[in-house]
Amino acid sequence: MKGLRIGPLLVALFALAAVFGPWVGAHPMAIDLDQQFELPSAAHPLGTADNGVDLLAAILHGARLAAIVALVVVGISVLVGTLLGAWAGLRGGSFDLVLGGLMDLVQSFPGIILNIAILALVAEPTLLHLIVALAVPGWVLYARLARAEALSLREREFVQAAQVLGASDGRLLARHVLPNLVGPILIQATSAFGGVVLAESTLSFLGLGPATHVSWGALLDQGSGVLLRFPHVALVAGSAIALTVLGFNLTGDWLRDRADVHAG
Amino acid sequence: MNGELGRYLFVRIIRGLATILGVVTLVFLLVRMIPGDPVDTILGDRATPEDRADLRERLHLDDSLPVQYGRFLGDVLDGSLGRSFRSDRSVGERIAEVLPDTAALALAALALALALAIPLGVLAAARKGTAVDRLASTFAVLGLAIPNIWLGPLLVLAFAVQLRWLPLPGDDAVGAAGLVLPAVTLGTAFAAVLARQTRAATAEALGQPHVTAARAKGLREWAVLRRHALRLAWLPVLTVAAAQLGALLSGTVVVEKIFERPGLGALFLDAFFDRDLPVVQGCVLVIALTYVAVNLALDLAYAFVDPRLRLGGERAR
Repeated sequence: MKGLRIGPLLVALFALAAVFGPWVGAHPMAIDLDQQFELPSAAHPLGTADNGVDLLAAILHGARLAAIVALVVVGISVLVGTLLGAWAGLRGGSFDLVLGGLMDLVQSFPGIILNIAILALVAEPTLLHLIVALAVPGWVLYARLARAEALSLREREFVQAAQVLGASDGRLLARHVLPNLVGPILIQATSAFGGVVLAESTLSFLGLGPATHVSWGALLDQGSGVLLRFPHVALVAGSAIALTVLGFNLTGDWLRDRADVHAG
Repeated sequence: MNGELGRYLFVRIIRGLATILGVVTLVFLLVRMIPGDPVDTILGDRATPEDRADLRERLHLDDSLPVQYGRFLGDVLDGSLGRSFRSDRSVGERIAEVLPDTAALALAALALALALAIPLGVLAAARKGTAVDRLASTFAVLGLAIPNIWLGPLLVLAFAVQLRWLPLPGDDAVGAAGLVLPAVTLGTAFAAVLARQTRAATAEALGQPHVTAARAKGLREWAVLRRHALRLAWLPVLTVAAAQLGALLSGTVVVEKIFERPGLGALFLDAFFDRDLPVVQGCVLVIALTYVAVNLALDLAYAFVDPRLRLGGERAR
């Protein structure tokens, strides 16, 4: 149990870095050609990267980008997925059938392949394109969860009683289905947050992210290119990604365990 | 029982075929969903009118959508998958050229994961609470937590730069030595999940009454493991394969980039940056169809290995 507390701690660190980080330290685009790929020093606590960019500042700005992308992507996915899935589970019929087919289809593309395919459609991907590419497959997870929950609730007495009393579908959804979904969705979203951070880093690592923003993945890619002479760049960027993803995964597990204890 | 199995297989195969048709259609529509004029996206705004007209002609953009779709289906069925913009060859030829490299990488990763995770999981279950067990659970947590974009550079740093045991990325793209680090990078997450699942399945099997009876009869521990526990090892392998297949397939794109290896993922990325949309389309299609086909095969294999599932419906994911 003790180990699980590391998760929330890492998440808190990430949140602090994303919220306050960009005000600390140098500007991540500040160029100093005399100080390229310097090892950590008093002036640059984590050293510098290409063009003498301060690594600490780059990491903090990267945290801001990762947080924004993940918040927006998870937010949209939760909203769209939960509503569509709950509606389909409650109503059944042809809407449920069409949605089921659509979900199967989206999930026929493994991992980041669909993300890349969507980004390939635009000449120069921007932040918005990146978010869209991540959200298009993202909602399915929540839709499946919400659909299953709505299906099981449909059979429960209190929902059937409400139905008999003339409650509309919208009211059933708002009063009975959605409140029951908050817990499971929150747990799922916490784990998924780390997944989106990883997907964003991976896409940037592959060179598919927006060139206008500082990203951990792009930094790791840059560091991998100079691994022989300046391994600190890749070490710093990779650690940031790995610790953040680990933090959200552990926090998700921790929430899941707590929910199980309460349920059991 | 037999009719039940037949019906399950029939339904599952029909669903698989429907998904394949859906994937083909979606990949076709994807490229038609390019915002604005696709010619602008592909050539940029500095292209000459002749180039633009030529590309419109080659893309058959002036045909109606059903005609384009029919042509696309034909290209899929004859395996050519259309023509590349950049080289004058068919997409199918270019993919066939690099597919063996990616298959070798994926199979090596799979073999490595099986060779490591199954003994580790079985040993951990047989020696519960010992150092082996702790090693296995540490490996299971860390192996899954380390992203492959990070594990790859770390392995290169340790084994190619510091220890110099293995070649640097790009130095030995075809030999067996050059395959080690890419396969470890790709297979570690798979091995981590598999070790955990194997441990759980073996521990459960060892707790069964018939195993206790076998031990009481005086059967040696190794024989108990071999006769009763390892026979069940297929189930976790299939479960983990189904759950990790997507990560494995998309991981090849990442690993081929890190280690500068040729393959489907490398072709996919090159085509992305060249804006060679037919090749992008072909790569997406081949990867997705592989995914659907292997998933279908895993489901069918599962039905044969574990007959309970045929009655309960589908495998839980």
